[in-house]
Amino acid sequence: MNLQKTQGAASVSFGKPVYIQSAASIAGKKEGEGPLGSCFDMICEDPLFGTDTWEAAESTMQKEAATLAIGKAGLKPEEIRMVFAGDLLAQSIASSFGIAEMGIPFYGLYGACSTMGESLSLGSMAVAAGYGEHILCATSSHFASAEKEFRYPLGYGCQRPLSATWTVTGSGACVIGSQPPSFPSSGDAIPLRLENSCAAITEITTGKIIDYGFKDSLNMGGCMAPAACDTIYQHLYDFGRSPSDYDAIITGDLGLVGQKILLDLLSEKNIDISSVHQDCGLLIFDNSTQDTHSGGSGCGCAATVLCAYLLPKVIAGEWKRILFVPTGAMLSKVSFNEGDPVSGIAHAIVIEQVTVS
Amino acid sequence: MATEQQKQKQKQYEQYVKEITPTHSLPLNMAKAFFTGGLICVLGQFILNFAGSQGADKEMAGSWCSLILILLSVILTGLNIYPKIGKFGGAGALVPITGFANSVAASAIEFKAEGQVFGIGCKIFTIAGPVILYGIMSSWLLGLIYYILKVIGVIA
Repeated sequence: MNLQKTQGAASVSFGKPVYIQSAASIAGKKEGEGPLGSCFDMICEDPLFGTDTWEAAESTMQKEAATLAIGKAGLKPEEIRMVFAGDLLAQSIASSFGIAEMGIPFYGLYGACSTMGESLSLGSMAVAAGYGEHILCATSSHFASAEKEFRYPLGYGCQRPLSATWTVTGSGACVIGSQPPSFPSSGDAIPLRLENSCAAITEITTGKIIDYGFKDSLNMGGCMAPAACDTIYQHLYDFGRSPSDYDAIITGDLGLVGQKILLDLLSEKNIDISSVHQDCGLLIFDNSTQDTHSGGSGCGCAATVLCAYLLPKVIAGEWKRILFVPTGAMLSKVSFNEGDPVSGIAHAIVIEQVTVS
Repeated sequence: MATEQQKQKQKQYEQYVKEITPTHSLPLNMAKAFFTGGLICVLGQFILNFAGSQGADKEMAGSWCSLILILLSVILTGLNIYPKIGKFGGAGALVPITGFANSVAASAIEFKAEGQVFGIGCKIFTIAGPVILYGIMSSWLLGLIYYILKVIGVIA
């Protein structure tokens, strides 16, 4: 018999927690110099990651993060049932080339900067349904490959508006499964477990594509904030909760501009999240000293902040329940040139501290 | 009616975002552009005068001036210095011939990885292409107007 696990109009409640068995993050030099620099598993000083092209660099970075996450969980690649991975490049080439060598059954995703939310949503649904013991969720973004894909060549001298965000060079990967991670064995394998405390995904809310007709692709916060607002509102409505039920509500990469819009839009709906809201794009860089304008962005932004900063806080019990809401702006160079608006998407993931015996 | 309402709502949102989004200070940016652009022009004038003092005629001195400025810009682009000048100077670094050279060199460097033909060959004028196309087109148009004015006797 199948147990219905849907909740409200757009949410799923898993009933049984989907454990995050391990998490790994790799970041670039600039990210390493930021406030979270000491949290990342690895910081690569070479922006090319030892390769010849930006695309190969991003693939290598994602492969390294995936390998690291699998290793931390004490697993071998062949023990991973499937991987959900994505990135910002056209046709998701960073993921397909990166994961290809590992020989893991592969689903490639595109959710722009919200991809970590998308991969964790799909991955946890697959785990909850019993379709895999260990499932890998990985995403990456690279400043140089993203600039090339969406904007100008790096050497071109131009001014970025203050609303612009800085694409994070980084990759985050999580192994999730139905069993809690085992105790740390010897060596450097540190699973996501502190005594009996683990982090687990318990609920998700799938976001809709929200289009406010906004066309400024250099103001991603303005493009994505309405989507974050819609998903957070839908989530709270589906579960009949208020923002105070969460220790933190963390959006992906809205930046300073987007954060202001999100808080304003939610307060129009009589929801006040200002006391619990944080944004990965604002956590990863120090805007005032790192010249990142509105904040960090990219798939790697939400992914690395989740793996390096948010999950350890949940396991330590500092936060009991958080809402992780990666946000993405849906556009391509073609859609932008043809005058289409930039719509947004956001997926919400509830991550809770779970005590296992 | 519904679409009209939707359009109104979109406009309102756009207006609201515009209000809360910080922007660069226009007077400061204009001052920086004036300074940067001015400096490049002074350098150009220096080359022009120097070439003239070495015995080059006006046309030859102009060619030397363009050539040296382009060379400098390309070298500075390769050394990753021109993007910094562009970030500081804005249009002051973009409008002179050095900005044009920067846009061509930057594309060549970026797309080199995609090969000599489909990379550099196809994409070298990604940014400069419109300038070339519409530059030639407008000079053609001006030439046509000049010719017509000459035929009807407005210009001797």
